[in-house]
Amino acid sequence: MADPVKPVDVVIVGFGWTGAIMAMELAEAGLEVLALERGDDADTVPNWAYPKVVDEIAQSARNGLLQNLSKTTVTLRHSKDELAVPYRQIGSFKPGQGVGGAGIHWSGVHSRVMPEELRLRSHTIERYGAKFIPPDMQLQDWGVTYDELEPHFDRFEYVCGTSGQAGNIQGRKIEGGNVFEAPRSRDFPLPPLTDPPTSALFAKAVKELGYKPYALPAANASRPYVNSYGCQLGPCNFCGFCSDYGCINYSKASPQTTILPALYRKKNFSLRTNAHVLRVNTDSSGKKTTGVTYVDAQGREVEQPATMVVLAAFHLHNVRLMLSSGIGKPYDPVSGEGVVGRNFCYQVLDSINLFFDQNTYINQFMGAGGVGQAIDDFYGDNFDHGPLNFIGGGVIWGRQTGNGPVRGIPLPQGTPAWGSAWKQAVKDNYLHSGRIEAQMSNMAHRGCYLDLDPTYKDAYGTPLLRMTLNWQDNEQRMSEYIGAKALDIGRAMGAKSMAGRIIKRGTDWDTRPYQSTHINGGTAMGTDPKTSVLNKYLQSWDVPNLFVLGANVFAHGIGYNPTGMVGALTYWAAANIRSTYLKTPGPMVHK
Amino acid sequence: MADDSDSKGSELNSRRAFLRGAATFAPLAALGGASLAAGDVAPPPAAPTSIDYAPAFFTPAEWAFLNAACARLIPHDENGPGAVELGVPHYIDRQMGTPWAEGGIWYMQGPFVEARPEFGYQSALTPKQQYRLGIKAIDDAVQAATGKSFAALPPADQDDWLKKIEKGEVKSDQLSLKTFFTSFLLKNTLEGYFGDPLYGGNKDMAAWKMIGHPGVRADFLEFVGEAKPYPYGPVSLHGKRG
Repeated sequence: MADPVKPVDVVIVGFGWTGAIMAMELAEAGLEVLALERGDDADTVPNWAYPKVVDEIAQSARNGLLQNLSKTTVTLRHSKDELAVPYRQIGSFKPGQGVGGAGIHWSGVHSRVMPEELRLRSHTIERYGAKFIPPDMQLQDWGVTYDELEPHFDRFEYVCGTSGQAGNIQGRKIEGGNVFEAPRSRDFPLPPLTDPPTSALFAKAVKELGYKPYALPAANASRPYVNSYGCQLGPCNFCGFCSDYGCINYSKASPQTTILPALYRKKNFSLRTNAHVLRVNTDSSGKKTTGVTYVDAQGREVEQPATMVVLAAFHLHNVRLMLSSGIGKPYDPVSGEGVVGRNFCYQVLDSINLFFDQNTYINQFMGAGGVGQAIDDFYGDNFDHGPLNFIGGGVIWGRQTGNGPVRGIPLPQGTPAWGSAWKQAVKDNYLHSGRIEAQMSNMAHRGCYLDLDPTYKDAYGTPLLRMTLNWQDNEQRMSEYIGAKALDIGRAMGAKSMAGRIIKRGTDWDTRPYQSTHINGGTAMGTDPKTSVLNKYLQSWDVPNLFVLGANVFAHGIGYNPTGMVGALTYWAAANIRSTYLKTPGPMVHK
Repeated sequence: MADDSDSKGSELNSRRAFLRGAATFAPLAALGGASLAAGDVAPPPAAPTSIDYAPAFFTPAEWAFLNAACARLIPHDENGPGAVELGVPHYIDRQMGTPWAEGGIWYMQGPFVEARPEFGYQSALTPKQQYRLGIKAIDDAVQAATGKSFAALPPADQDDWLKKIEKGEVKSDQLSLKTFFTSFLLKNTLEGYFGDPLYGGNKDMAAWKMIGHPGVRADFLEFVGEAKPYPYGPVSLHGKRG
């Protein structure tokens, strides 16, 4: 039996980026806030202290900072008539674990969104007509506008100490920044990072091709920085251990480096680790949450009463909690009715390795997660889709994220996987190869969704979340078009050969190689309760004292890295909770 | 050919290593560290010895296979050291004592069903079981065809067998030998070869030196803006410079 414990004003489920931001905002508002985190506590020292953490075996080969799949995972299939099987080993995406969540092992690319992405259905109809939208594409507006979010994008960038160069300040275009970007109220808090060799070659090549390169915004500090919470960042030294790793250097923005030291000083905040939330509880009406039930470190079920619940876990766990708690109507792909699990999307990634001659030093062991040069010429609706007949686009970049030999040394096509010829190739290419990528949007489609698996359960007896997802025609054609542009860039960079992966018509989602952790959708925000789970303030349409954060609120998969959007949406939701909801608790948008 | 004689040398070395290891293991264990004579101290973890290592998991036959296979996967040649001389079999043996080897970081609940390769590993076998069953299946197949164990074959024949296994041409009714080869034997060999020496392989950071990887130096602020050779050698997790 669950033992009753002291009620709190707010219980926050999950303690990564969104949990930390919301906890800080609501603690500042004077509420008694409790965060429940299923993983362990962690901090820069001792967890990511040099040199212990920069260990490729522990972190990359054995997934030291990632979710332990033996406790819980998901099942996978390409379409609704197949049998789903478990994601038994880390592959295509990398959920995090513990305090800080995926905010620890992320790379740091810190983008916003384009205004038209947030009203993509309306925008597409205005520019191309309603018939341009394929019948099975569930294109919808997000309910929030870029202008509403701008102060919160800005806020999150100034919390993170993000490095970059503005291309558009209040409508004034600035050379060297991203000329396609939406207006920002001011410049980035820090100037761009130094370009590593891959990025310098990329910028030169795309200029020659007539494109408009910009320094990718990076939450890797280019200078010493102190944010408004008094948290300090040190300049990134391009150590080459970013994605998969915690930052040794207090350079990569994470909850630990930018928020937690200030939050931990607040007496009305508390954190309980090793607390795995099983369900969100509701009263007999089903319209009000009364708190959550979790399993503690000793395996005991604990009922935690709360006046308000915030789901702030990673995408997968947020969606599953909604389904396993029976909040909101589950999506049915046959009837098209229901909302929880609807609009599940991923992101399309084409990856091209470039091999240069022996005189061209790339030194792939150096780098930072967010550093790079990029072009947005093929992002969103920055180019005419009329003759192309697909919706969406992406960013093409030459990043140099840092790579070591255990993480895998890319080799030219046709190289044997072992033996003396392999060894020769490894020796010839390690210092002289780089990578460019196209990271693209993924629209919502009727047949791609999330529900509970009928067979497989986690270590707590809860059904696993089941993913039904495959690349659709729209995305495959987009990838063929943009992938060809990326290949042109690779050639213009002077690569003597190229190898990699471009998703084309006929390519199925391969869940084995790492691709992207940017999964999204499933509890979409929106304007209509028939097609969304949350209103524009990320408040549940059905249970108004429940708020849901994370990329699961996206209505479709954007081409940019989602963390900037996820952080901005969290500050946006928090600001409206503080200014409106706390004064008069109840639905903030009426159905 | 230099290639053949060298690998024969390392094969002999590894057998000698095994014999010496087996002979000396019990007395050493009985003595305990405190009784070692001055100057006879245990080597630092960054410098695993290939002589006094006795495998904790692998049987003598398995150990012979592992050493022979590693010597072919990454042979000693003019480009640099081979997997055996850098301690890769030790790395793999030590990994067998980690939670990973028990499937501890994977979802290992049934039912286990066949699925298309794109859905990843769907076997109930842990890494330990992969090695135990995989090595036996390969040795049985080689024995049936040649009357010898894999380790006793000439290197060129060993290469032929490994290529056939890699292509899925050698079958076992207990497991996919292609998966064993690609996802365990070869994958773990590369890990051990390129991983930090503290795990037992990459002795003296020789694999890093061969490719120009600086190990855990992890500070390139002054160098990142220049497309030039990096001037310093590697550093290991224990702070040893190479």
